[in-house]
Amino acid sequence: MSTLSAKERMQITRQSMPEQDAAERSRNFQEVNLGFPEQLALLEAQRCLQCKAAKCMQGCPVMVNIPRFVSLVAQGDMAGAAKSLMGDNALPSVSGRVCPQEQQCEGSCIRGVKGQPVAIGYLERFVADWARNHGTVSDEAQPAPTGKKVAVIGGGPAGLTAAGELVKKGHDVTLYEALHKPGGVLVYGIPEFRLPKKIVASEVDRLTKAGVKIECNVVIGRTYTIPELRERFDAIFIANGAGLPVFMNVPGENFKGVYAANEYLTRVNLMEAYHAEGANTPVLKGQRVAVVGGGNVAMDAVRTAKRLGAEKAMIVYRRTKEEMPARAEEVHHAGQEGVDFQLLVAPLEVVGDEKRWVKGLKCERMELGEPDASGRRRPQPVAGSEFILDCDVVVVAIGTKANPLLTATCPEMKLNKRGNIETDEAGMTSIPGVFAGGDIVRGAATVILAMGDGKRAAQAIDAYLKK
Amino acid sequence: MHKILAKKQLSPNVTRLDVLAPRIAEIKQPGQFVIVRAQEGGERIPLTIADADPAKGTIALVIQAVGKSTRELVALEVCDAIRDVSGPLGHPTELIASGRALCIGGGVGTAVVHPIAKALHAKGVQVTSVIGGRAKEWVIFEDDLQKCGDVIVCTDDGSHGRKGFVTDAAKEVLTAGGIDIVYAVGPVPMMRAVANLTRPFGVHTVVSLNPVMVDGTGMCGGCRVEVGGETKFACVDGPEFDGHKVDFDLLADRLQTYREFEQRANACADGQCRIRR
Ligand SMILES: Cc1cc2nc3c(=O)[nH]c(=O)nc-3n(C[C@H](O)[C@H](O)[C@H](O)COP(=O)(O)OP(=O)(O)OC[C@H]3O[C@@H](n4cnc5c(N)ncnc54)[C@H](O)[C@@H]3O)c2cc1C
Ligand code: FES
Repeated sequence: MSTLSAKERMQITRQSMPEQDAAERSRNFQEVNLGFPEQLALLEAQRCLQCKAAKCMQGCPVMVNIPRFVSLVAQGDMAGAAKSLMGDNALPSVSGRVCPQEQQCEGSCIRGVKGQPVAIGYLERFVADWARNHGTVSDEAQPAPTGKKVAVIGGGPAGLTAAGELVKKGHDVTLYEALHKPGGVLVYGIPEFRLPKKIVASEVDRLTKAGVKIECNVVIGRTYTIPELRERFDAIFIANGAGLPVFMNVPGENFKGVYAANEYLTRVNLMEAYHAEGANTPVLKGQRVAVVGGGNVAMDAVRTAKRLGAEKAMIVYRRTKEEMPARAEEVHHAGQEGVDFQLLVAPLEVVGDEKRWVKGLKCERMELGEPDASGRRRPQPVAGSEFILDCDVVVVAIGTKANPLLTATCPEMKLNKRGNIETDEAGMTSIPGVFAGGDIVRGAATVILAMGDGKRAAQAIDAYLKK
Repeated sequence: MHKILAKKQLSPNVTRLDVLAPRIAEIKQPGQFVIVRAQEGGERIPLTIADADPAKGTIALVIQAVGKSTRELVALEVCDAIRDVSGPLGHPTELIASGRALCIGGGVGTAVVHPIAKALHAKGVQVTSVIGGRAKEWVIFEDDLQKCGDVIVCTDDGSHGRKGFVTDAAKEVLTAGGIDIVYAVGPVPMMRAVANLTRPFGVHTVVSLNPVMVDGTGMCGGCRVEVGGETKFACVDGPEFDGHKVDFDLLADRLQTYREFEQRANACADGQCRIRR
């Protein structure tokens, strides 16, 4: 099977991902994508041309050796593929589901020039799920303890990755998480239908088995400060995420029924308000929900609204679909599920009833003008185009900024003007031995970049501790 | 897991739990709070740290059982455990270093005022406390506050102390003069009334706000309040603010957000759902 000619490979078309029926899934919280069965994975893997100078690898922020693991899949050596993949990427079952592949590996795939790129993300997910289901244990020997202690702050993808890498090197790792459960955005933000919580839980489990000590309910900056941790640990990795939600700053934004996406999603995901019965944490289940924004967070919120029973779940976005920063697949899935896209529309004001409950969103229409600094065409208001969108819940998903809770207790640490932590190439902050990565450094970015930062910082910390 | 070492009923609907949380007991300062989750699947509930015993490693939580989650919490017994306790959260109270302070507590808010009064007293500030409740059995922390200075008790029905509202007694104290700062914690209408009372006296008034919270770290924005026309997150920017600048109408209004849900949950709990523990 593995000796197909390039021509034969070219003849295989991209396999599509089996998924739950759109109408059905828009009413439940189960995962949308069902995963490749083995024969589809084998077929898809054979589409890879095994390029010598693999462009896909350069498109990957963590340089996963894609041709190698894909060729092992094509040969039916799943255990080998898993070993190869997991050597490069600590959480492939997560990145296989949430990476914007179309802008990264698949966006660089040669086969995509004329046709469809190899479904690298689906294959990554396949291999990772295979490994989880087959309980492959790494054959790496237990590392000799170095006697060095490292604190990791934040249990999101950056922190989890760093903790895993550090413990592998024999360091004594304690991870502090502010919430009652580790996972960061993976558990409080990204919904079950896109990333089942049991996947994150099993990754966390793997870390604890490897020796990482996880302490939840510890808020660094309050329970302990960075200076205090520095006395007890030989090195620190800060990965507390981007944190603080940004609001629109329009009138009516504090009416009942206006949520920041973080709150809306946290109530539903982390606090499990999605359970039909018995949920202890409430969430307002709007009949007509307007979600402002065009990123992954907005897509997650609007599709959640649909699943909570909204008759109408709407995206309000001031540009067009082309400019949306969300993963292409999410926009596509949202459309299939009946989400209504109000494009080239910008909110001006939240309208409330006499009891200050949301009853609408006053908006104006936009048109695209000249490209702005981001290269996207700048939306401009159309004069006299104001209208009111009827809705009873508004979810604001227009971004986050750096949370100052931790950094405020460590004034000597250098921040940029947006409040993000500054680091050198290796991820070290202005304080020796204190490293940082993920969204607290980059601003709201991606899971894979956070994981890449975690891995790089772990290597740098290891080198620092050996000095 | 945080073991409950002591439990005491303070008033018909207020219970005190002394909970093992050594780190928090060691460093907590007046005005700070914790977020607790009684059990797996439970709601995250913000509660002020009413007292702490660093030697025993315990913190005192004073809980008014109003909804399903707080009722589940007060149903726990000594030796049971609270699953999650996170904190200490929020900024500590800004304490004056000398002079005279008036501390006003209404209902369960008295438990929040107590650590403030205690800390002021320890600094040598002269403290007068005015506390209130519906009737005698609803007045809490009277003895503890007595140790910090003068206490004036007010009850709606006159069954204990004076008959009337805390604002009436507070007005007399303010009129007598010499008060440098007022700390007021209680139901929103009471804090609003106190802020309105002290404004003409020009006395700085600190209130502690209790909006709906989820994470307590600034991540969700659910706890937003308006102070001096600016949106603030009570969990990280507060919970204490200048009472003369707080938009109390907004606070009271946003606290109504889940009323319907709570009523439904309470109705259920009154029926058969009490077994869930
Ligand atoms: C709804 C949503 C959907 C997204 N979808 C995608 C997607 O499809 N693909 C993608 O690539 N990216 C996506 N992102 C972005 C991605 O999730 C983030 O870039 C990534 O999670 C950042 O990782 P991190 O480890 O830096 O921080 P986080 O995941 O934010 O984790 C930080 C952790 O630190 C904890 N913490 C915070 N403060 C403290 C403190 N003081 N002390 C202790 N712990 C603390 C937090 O509780 C949290 O657990 C999405 C984001 C959201 C919100
Ligand atoms: S409780 Fe979430 S930001 Fe304050």
